[in-house]
Amino acid sequence: MKKLTFTRIFSQLLLLLFVIAWIIPTFGLFISSLRDKDVLAISGWWTSFTTTEVNEIYRTKGKEDQINEGDYYFIKSNLFDEKQGKEIYRFGVTSKNIDEYEVGETALFKDETEITVFENGDYIWKSKEEFTKKKGKRIFVSAKSPPSFTFDNYKEVLLKEGLGQAFLNTFAVALPATLIPLIICSYFAYALTWMKFYGRDLLLATIIASLVVPLQMCLIPVLTIYNDFGALFGVSAKSYPGIWMAHTGFGLASTTFLLWNFLKTLPSEMIEAARVDGATHYDTFIKIVVPLSIPSFASIFILQFLWVWNDLLVGLVFLDKHPSEIILTAKLKELLGSRGENWEILTTGAFVSMTVPLFIFFSLQRYFIRGLVAGSVKG
Amino acid sequence: MSIFSLAITVLIGVLFFLLFFHLSNFLLDYFRVKASKNFAFENSIRVIIFIAPAFIVLFVFIIYPVFETIRLSFYDKVGENFVGLFNYTWAINDPDFKRSIINNLGWLIVVPTLSTFFGLVIANLADRIWWGSIAKSIIFMPMAISFVGAGVIWKFMYDYRGPGDQQIGLLNAIAVALGFEPQAWLTIPIWNNLFLMAIMIWIQTGLALVIFSAALRSIPNETLDAARIDGASELKIFWSIIIPYLEQTILVIWTIITILVLKVFDIIYAMTNGQWQTEVLANLMYDWMFRGGGDSGRGSVLAFCILIGVIPILAWNLYRHKQEQKV
Repeated sequence: MKKLTFTRIFSQLLLLLFVIAWIIPTFGLFISSLRDKDVLAISGWWTSFTTTEVNEIYRTKGKEDQINEGDYYFIKSNLFDEKQGKEIYRFGVTSKNIDEYEVGETALFKDETEITVFENGDYIWKSKEEFTKKKGKRIFVSAKSPPSFTFDNYKEVLLKEGLGQAFLNTFAVALPATLIPLIICSYFAYALTWMKFYGRDLLLATIIASLVVPLQMCLIPVLTIYNDFGALFGVSAKSYPGIWMAHTGFGLASTTFLLWNFLKTLPSEMIEAARVDGATHYDTFIKIVVPLSIPSFASIFILQFLWVWNDLLVGLVFLDKHPSEIILTAKLKELLGSRGENWEILTTGAFVSMTVPLFIFFSLQRYFIRGLVAGSVKG
Repeated sequence: MSIFSLAITVLIGVLFFLLFFHLSNFLLDYFRVKASKNFAFENSIRVIIFIAPAFIVLFVFIIYPVFETIRLSFYDKVGENFVGLFNYTWAINDPDFKRSIINNLGWLIVVPTLSTFFGLVIANLADRIWWGSIAKSIIFMPMAISFVGAGVIWKFMYDYRGPGDQQIGLLNAIAVALGFEPQAWLTIPIWNNLFLMAIMIWIQTGLALVIFSAALRSIPNETLDAARIDGASELKIFWSIIIPYLEQTILVIWTIITILVLKVFDIIYAMTNGQWQTEVLANLMYDWMFRGGGDSGRGSVLAFCILIGVIPILAWNLYRHKQEQKV
């Protein structure tokens, strides 16, 4: 059966094409976040793996660095401020002819001084007279720049742009906004599955209807409630507890539904046996149902956590844009507006915001998929 | 705020709810021992303890707001004076609203169709190849990323530089390499919508993919083998066996992505904010929520339009739930 037919090769190639198309955008972003910001602004990220040729301008040192040896005055130094690994192959001393000289050759300035530039950036500037100018001269170089990557952008973004704080804020939003619904919905789902009370079916139908109600239908009234509440008690309408409860509310239907779906698959004999033995519903819940539900708790935790972590709308409406409250997505959107051309900030910022989801994704993918599939096959 | 104070806040918030259930049940048990053995009474108290927090949250954040939003759509911008159908007539005559409806319809047609299609094709391809699970992982990965993060990723892909400069956006680099003029993709009306939709498709294909993968495993191997022995081509098997078998799953994925697309906000807000004719309902609604101090009447009308879009799905879900309960 497993022979190498045309169909098999074709389907491998087609799949490879899909994979490449899907990975390239993220990969490009990641590579860009590791590049030097000046290079990033002028060349595509795909050029960063090969040695590229760049034309740059540097300035020599001035009179303070001169030394006197015999009849001549010299300034000896290096054009590069720091080691960049660049290799100069041609240079020039006028803007009209920026690659006039081969590296190692000696160039003549108009004032009859001579300069020799070497491959690694070292230069020797020689003059018969004493150097008098404070400012050095411009040197044009053509250099080969080998691939180089740096974490500078990450330092800049986390410390100076305030993304580090936003990162913490997002955690402070996401953890309770995931745990609180999980706590209250597990009791709720238990009651919907195993307790008998008037209006249970209606409640279940309400949950199923709420599953698809768009968030936008709820924003204005809830915001009004928050504003009134804030004004009444003299507190800010936008706060962490406020957004926790908002996320709890908007995630309640799906969390309850997923848990209910799971709980009803538990054998009813087991629950009833416990009840007959005199266990209260609370004991049954804590001692039997919760331990059995750990895998489905994990799936739901991941789904809700990622949802909250990646949310923008709720964060915009229910939290301040103040640095102590702003969440990652809102911060990123702000940067898109204010630093739209600073790709080193944007790419790095986006990647920082993706670290936690990607970590969860790669370490707990099984639970994530299980949750999604459970939520979809029925709902 | 420092890590420490944030951690304390978080801890208090979570503990509050844990303790609520713990203490209330503890108290109930305590008084049960002391007082009479009135089971019915005790049970109803416990039902209340179990469902009250969730029900209050459900009521405050979903049930009440839905009806309040419908009410507000008939009131003025501060929600005090009844204005009849004024907000609705405003919407019908508003060019931004018309644009949003057209764009939303476009999103509704293109995104679920292509996501489902790609998901189905990839699931089938990956199912029979040894490195299929790695491929699935990679294609599924965008599901974990926020829409804003995806927005940045794709804005970088679509980046535009003048014709003489070196392009740093991949799409323009390819265009230039093929001998075309570089384009500012996101500012070309009509077409730019497709470039925004591409982002959503890029994300949602992964969802369709994993659900299809799970469903594919439920197709009995005997059926497939029988078809192969009878000499059916892979393409024929795909159309005549796999597609009919997955009909329900396709429908489910379609509805999930449809609901998501109706609410699409983050991508538009982050990438174009509705400029260059890319406006959609959710972004327009957010805009009116805050524009000029906020207009709750117009915002509510726009939210209501999104709700109308999901009502058929809502009804269908309820119907299916009823059918299941009967069994």
